[in-house]
Amino acid sequence: MTDRLNRIGVAQLGFIRRTGRWAADAWRALGLPRIWAPQVIPQMRRLGVDSIPIALFLAVFTGIVLALLASYIFTGAVPLYFVGALVAKTIMMELGPVLTGMALAGRVGANIAAELGTMKVTEQVDALETLAVDVHAYLVVPRTIAATVMFPVVTAMAIAVGVVSGWITATNLLDLSTQEFFKGVRQFYQFKDAWFGLVKSASFGCAIAIMGSLTGLRTQGGAEGVGRSTTRAVVLGCEAILVLDAFWALVLL
Amino acid sequence: MIRFTDVSKSFGAKRVLDHFSLEIPTGQTTVLLGYSGTGKSVALKHIVGLLEPDEGIVEVDGQIVPELSRDDLVRLRSSIGYVFQFAALFDSLSVFDNVALGLRQQRRSEADVAARVAASLERVGLADQGDRFPSELSGGMRKRVGIARAIALEPRYILYDEPTTGLDPVTSAVIDELMVRTKRDLGVTGVVVTHDMRSAFAVADRIAMLYQGRVHAVGTVDEIRRTDDPVVRQFIEGRP
Repeated sequence: MTDRLNRIGVAQLGFIRRTGRWAADAWRALGLPRIWAPQVIPQMRRLGVDSIPIALFLAVFTGIVLALLASYIFTGAVPLYFVGALVAKTIMMELGPVLTGMALAGRVGANIAAELGTMKVTEQVDALETLAVDVHAYLVVPRTIAATVMFPVVTAMAIAVGVVSGWITATNLLDLSTQEFFKGVRQFYQFKDAWFGLVKSASFGCAIAIMGSLTGLRTQGGAEGVGRSTTRAVVLGCEAILVLDAFWALVLL
Repeated sequence: MIRFTDVSKSFGAKRVLDHFSLEIPTGQTTVLLGYSGTGKSVALKHIVGLLEPDEGIVEVDGQIVPELSRDDLVRLRSSIGYVFQFAALFDSLSVFDNVALGLRQQRRSEADVAARVAASLERVGLADQGDRFPSELSGGMRKRVGIARAIALEPRYILYDEPTTGLDPVTSAVIDELMVRTKRDLGVTGVVVTHDMRSAFAVADRIAMLYQGRVHAVGTVDEIRRTDDPVVRQFIEGRP
């Protein structure tokens, strides 16, 4: 029993030491902009711009479902123009950032983990080291900056599309006019609703990129190892989103 | 000079290097021979600090590699070219950019980088392939790009990890000839990991045979050819 506890303790200490060293390396790499800066724009396009279609697809259906759900819940009890308030506030503050984050945890986190994992098992990461290229500055920092900057942009677009989708649904399928829908939106809107969601989404982007990089660079074995890392990156990314979501709710609301 | 003194390295329960000691003299090509899994590539990775020994000392030009600061390790790595078993070219970069990557880290002017890349590709016979991507190259061409990437930095040492594995005999002979020419023209110290006997005899000044994680025999090509040691003879003759 004591041996087992010792082994667990040693493993935990090893994990903490490796993660600490990794974090220190990544922090130091921030001071090497001549390596990471040229990579940022291409990564913003790959991780951000290329993710717009999936984010907007999700937003369209989120808006439709929210409008219909709100109408169903409010029937007879609450004025129907509250549909606009519920759709806008829920999408801006919660569903927009979280659902977009979850979708992008799959797309972006898996993309980063698979790419870096493949580089690791094919010795491309070792090759970078032998060429005296800082691996964190070349691979991790540009992806993390790109995801942190682009997630709020993609989320903002998803929020806009989600609200428009809810409005179209409300005016076409419910007994609600455009004026009534936007009356609800305006009546309960606060500036904080918008920046709260965008701050959250920036932190989601940062966490997903770090999880993807961390698991990718620790890949061992061949294709099977890459598969394991990819799955792990997505799971850790989703977990990080839920934890951060609760954290921001506690801190900012 | 590269020196291993009593180096041991384990991965989990498997001890790959077991009190491994070897001196690799400057200006010569030393071949590390041995069965798969005897620690040849592991030894090579210790030289550039990709792995750290569990016990023992790894020295390059008098510097103890695991004790180097990050900046000193970067300087050391800049003086060592490494040719990986499967070339380890960067998929997303063209041949030109693969060769240029290490040079750009040294903050050279783009004109200097272009001139050095062109000279390196010329040396390996790929002068007109700079715009192609690794996925468009044959195995032999990929290995040659790997060598061009290593020599572009004008290193003092070049480490070759299984440079002819998976190649046909003619392409293997081309790579062997390239390694010999690189040593002759650039005066670099070579360390070649292989289990290809023909390649070993073609490029080596000295041969060290690894067996069960340590050096079992070491000598010139003629000494190894003529040895009566049963382990070495069995390996050279490829007897089961």
